[in-house]
Amino acid sequence: MQPIAELQRVTVRYQALVALEEVTFQILPGEFLAVIGPNGAGKTTLVKTILGLIEPTEGVVRLFGKPPREVGKDLARVGYVPQVAQIDPRFPIRVFDVVMMGRYGQMGLIRRPGARDRQAARVALERVGLGDLARRPIGQLSAGQRQRVLVARALATEPELLILDEPTTGVDVGSSEGVFQLLDELHRGGMTVIVVSHDVGVVAQHVSQVACVNRRVVVHGRPAEVLHPDVLECMYGRGGALVGHGEFPHIVVQRHAPGQG
Amino acid sequence: MVEILGYAFMQRAVLASVLVGTATAVIGVYVVLRGLAFIGAGIAHASFGGVALGFLLGINPLVSAIVFCLGTAWGIAWTSRRTEVREDTAIGIFFAATMSLGILFIGLMGEYNVDLFGYLFGSVLSVTPADLWLASVLAVGVLAIVGLLFKEFLFITFDPEMAQVSGLPAGRLYILLLSIMALTVVLSIKVVGIILASAMIVIPAAAAYQLTQDFRAMMGVAVLIGNVSAVAGLLLSYALDTASGATMVLTATLIFFVSALLARHRRRGRVRAAAGMRAAPHGWEGPGPGGRLRRAGEDP
Repeated sequence: MQPIAELQRVTVRYQALVALEEVTFQILPGEFLAVIGPNGAGKTTLVKTILGLIEPTEGVVRLFGKPPREVGKDLARVGYVPQVAQIDPRFPIRVFDVVMMGRYGQMGLIRRPGARDRQAARVALERVGLGDLARRPIGQLSAGQRQRVLVARALATEPELLILDEPTTGVDVGSSEGVFQLLDELHRGGMTVIVVSHDVGVVAQHVSQVACVNRRVVVHGRPAEVLHPDVLECMYGRGGALVGHGEFPHIVVQRHAPGQG
Repeated sequence: MVEILGYAFMQRAVLASVLVGTATAVIGVYVVLRGLAFIGAGIAHASFGGVALGFLLGINPLVSAIVFCLGTAWGIAWTSRRTEVREDTAIGIFFAATMSLGILFIGLMGEYNVDLFGYLFGSVLSVTPADLWLASVLAVGVLAIVGLLFKEFLFITFDPEMAQVSGLPAGRLYILLLSIMALTVVLSIKVVGIILASAMIVIPAAAAYQLTQDFRAMMGVAVLIGNVSAVAGLLLSYALDTASGATMVLTATLIFFVSALLARHRRRGRVRAAAGMRAAPHGWEGPGPGGRLRRAGEDP
């Protein structure tokens, strides 16, 4: 089976700073991968490298078997949900027009949206539960709703691979659980999903694999291993512990835990 | 007042003002939303070098200005992409270098050229039929490109990174956007002058931004404000015997402040209305700390 995306000994440096070092792993079709790690560990750099937004300093990246910048038309097979902070909430644009952008890549230059594109955008909006807010300017949405608009935009592409960067930041717990339930559904429907998160508690219940990023990347396979002490250490440093409590597991972290930042 | 419209020079002036008011407002929408005001000012100042070169070589100064403005737009884009230099630094360098070239060219001419003043501050009443032709061709070209690539320009303005991920040639589209901005600057030179060209790009769009929450509406309102400022400014300057370019820009500025006050007033009204009700009764999310509305608080 050809991997959807593949990294071989990839190193990314920003001048003196090493963001990723000797990263090798692959994503097979149908996987549901969580990318976790502390702030500044290189999670966003990792997904942007896969998408071709960042050129690796060393190493080889393949997306659908090609270097990301040569993927061309096949980029329409990728849905990407950037961090919501990347969007200016005061940009004068309506929800539906944002979602429609998910279709622009496959529409081609100059072409106008057709019935098929409008249909895909409507379905995507319904899927995230915002069907009735299509005409609303994005400035009038809450942060959680804006986040879902970005998810809908990625879904409107009807992708095989969905990549989400911190889709639950600045969103309350109920909403974040909603996002992961949706990702679960999409994954069961055959979509390959990569989600960057630092919310191990939620991640643990859903994903099939965890990529632990802290400049280097370690991929842990089975869900049973997700809350392995190594993973917790990667997230919270030595001293992190898992406490079963109520519906969700909680993480307890020692003060002055090393390895942070 | 009406009888002056019978004069050919006045008809040309009105037509030129409409062309400028429309093209600058359309480009201004992208400039305001993408934060390109400084690059606009940089390109406008670069045209000074082009105009001076035109005088030196004895060709139409607007033609050499096109070369200079396009060259500067591409130079800035190239420098900020291919080197470690930040874009605003690149603008600062090109801006000063092209102005200096202009001063050098004027020095080489050896004699003081009276016409230069008209290019610096605009002289809409001296627009010749040839100027008007050039302006029409530029305006039609700029508007046609915006019309054809409307969705692409919207995408790279709203979310350039996502535009690239979706497979659009985002980098090339950005350079094309800068290029038509450069052409818009050249087209405004005769009407508002080199110094004020970037003001006519920024101000009508900034006023429209205060009043609208939809992209197409913003562009429509900007065009309206651009035309009203340009034509009203022209007529006012004729009636009051003031500089036409400055009068247009001040008219636009007045409209900007009125719309800013209107927007402020309207926002307050909305916040009061929203305070009386609870947001998001059910569903995926509660109001929560992230749920606070930033711009307006209309009922869900």
